[in-house]
Amino acid sequence: MSAQLEKPRAPTVPGLSPAGAVAGRSAGGTAAAGTPSSRAAVYHTSLHRQRQWALWGSYAALGVFVIMFLMPPFYTLMTSLKSSAEISAQTGSPWLVKHPTLDNFWYLITYPNFQTYYLNSVMITIVTVSVSMIISVLAAFSLARMGFWGSNILSTGVFLTYLIPPSLLFIPLFQIVGSIGLINSVWCLVLLYPTLAVPFCTWIMIGYFSSIPRELDEAALIDGASYMQILLKIFIPVAMPGIIAATIFAFTVAWGAFLYPLAYLYTSNQMVLTVGIISDLIRGDVFQWGKIMAACLLASLPPIVIYAFLMDYYVAGLTAGATKG
Amino acid sequence: MADGTSVPVGVITTAPRAAAPRGTMKRIARQKSTIAFMLCLPLIVLICGFVIYPAFYALFLSMLNKKMTAFVGLGNFAFLLKRHTFQLVIFQSCLFAVTAVVAKALLGFVIAHLMHNIPGKHQKIWRGLLLVPWVIPLALSTLTWWWMFDPSYSAFNWILNQFGFANVPWLGVGWIARACTIVVNVWFGTPFFMIMYLAALKSVPEALYEAASIDGAGARQKLLFVTLPMMRNIIAITVLFSLIVTFADFDIVRILTAGGPQDMTHVFATYAFQVGIQSGDIPLGAADSLFMFPILAFAAFFVLRGVTQRTKDIAA
Repeated sequence: MSAQLEKPRAPTVPGLSPAGAVAGRSAGGTAAAGTPSSRAAVYHTSLHRQRQWALWGSYAALGVFVIMFLMPPFYTLMTSLKSSAEISAQTGSPWLVKHPTLDNFWYLITYPNFQTYYLNSVMITIVTVSVSMIISVLAAFSLARMGFWGSNILSTGVFLTYLIPPSLLFIPLFQIVGSIGLINSVWCLVLLYPTLAVPFCTWIMIGYFSSIPRELDEAALIDGASYMQILLKIFIPVAMPGIIAATIFAFTVAWGAFLYPLAYLYTSNQMVLTVGIISDLIRGDVFQWGKIMAACLLASLPPIVIYAFLMDYYVAGLTAGATKG
Repeated sequence: MADGTSVPVGVITTAPRAAAPRGTMKRIARQKSTIAFMLCLPLIVLICGFVIYPAFYALFLSMLNKKMTAFVGLGNFAFLLKRHTFQLVIFQSCLFAVTAVVAKALLGFVIAHLMHNIPGKHQKIWRGLLLVPWVIPLALSTLTWWWMFDPSYSAFNWILNQFGFANVPWLGVGWIARACTIVVNVWFGTPFFMIMYLAALKSVPEALYEAASIDGAGARQKLLFVTLPMMRNIIAITVLFSLIVTFADFDIVRILTAGGPQDMTHVFATYAFQVGIQSGDIPLGAADSLFMFPILAFAAFFVLRGVTQRTKDIAA
């Protein structure tokens, strides 16, 4: 804004003067926009310079934000490379590591409990994602294309279910899980995680499926394809970006959920990573921060790797989730 | 098969259908909707079994006494409302959700604009960096924050000491601890707002800005009269959605403070966990959780309306 007002010289740029004239005529509604004459007088070069400044300003501000946002992950990394002695010495900057060591990582990799947590997490995530995707792709195909009595209400219901947070129903679910004998069994998560993942996955799959032209499946129907064939050979390949987005969402839910495992699991052989790290590495008042941070890093690795490669699909799916339907 | 001349011998199911008289069209339609219903059945079973049934079960549970032997009506709700701790919970939940959502929305808006300013080919890497907080599982990144807030030898206190300030007991004093939980939530949630707003910004046609420029609009006017009206719907959906998630947040408060000091940072979810699971008073915990329902339903109603509206706008 400030650069705009510098040195109003003679209006030498022909392309800008009519704009100034128009602005002058409509000045009643735009009184705060500066006088039309100064606007018309701005040199092309100064406009360019102004854009350049705006660009560098944006980069600088983004840089500040990136530093702020990446501070905790950076601190995690630094701490994970420190030995327990270095952490308890409490000298020098805690932000830097003086004698980097991979001992913490090595300890965790060879620590049987941590291996169990990791395996449990991987297993639960794979099962949850598969189950969720099967349920939601079938349902989305049916809701987007076939329809039945009440299918519109069901679509709306699915979206509303997505808005129910896990912390609303975890207490009755505690009783239900207990009554079917799955309390303190990692398998109860396979039953419960899909309730968190399926609604949103179904919702974005409905969006993607609806955007497929009807001519495609009509042509296939005329050629004698069954509904299953249409789904498998047309809808799933065409809506692959949506399927990837939904899969990542289901993965995120299953990998990072904290409340359900914390409430329903209590022995270490049944725990998953999120609760295992907290309950195992924190014993009373003894915090093995180096190991905790290394564990956090190892546990965050799969999501970070997946997002690094598939971020675009996920962002597209997520933003479509709020717009399509 | 698709050339239209050959008879699809291999597809047995369609052969009788093709030869069927007109009267069976109804039957086919019915068959189609039966298949459709069958495809939805797993979803319906899942939602009924693990969402709708627990919801009604929660209502039932919340009206029992602690040993779950007698029916006490609305006694648990009345008991909670009279309790000072629970009044703190209501206050803190609202403070936490409103402050965090407003901060996230503003920060996300600013960052999305900055991101929109820079050329498209650089956006990807910056966006990737800024999304990191949102990618790490919240329970794990909150552990890092906990360690950074450590009172004795912590990241933040060290920086303060370098500038000659005294140590701050981050999580030990009520209002500071409240601020800390909000900061962590803002750190985690801002990237989500950023990508939603960035997508919305990109969908505003460039021609509108050009027209505004020709009419003499400045940057501020473009923001107020072009960008904001065009983004209004997305802003509303994102804010309401985030309000739901933030209001029901559990991970941050549970790990960072577990409700302390003096129950000042408890939110509904953590208090329900402490009362219902840790202290074993399931009915009271269920009642506590259900207090969240009105505000969630309120937000959900408007989210749904916004999404439906937007779908219509796009279709039009």
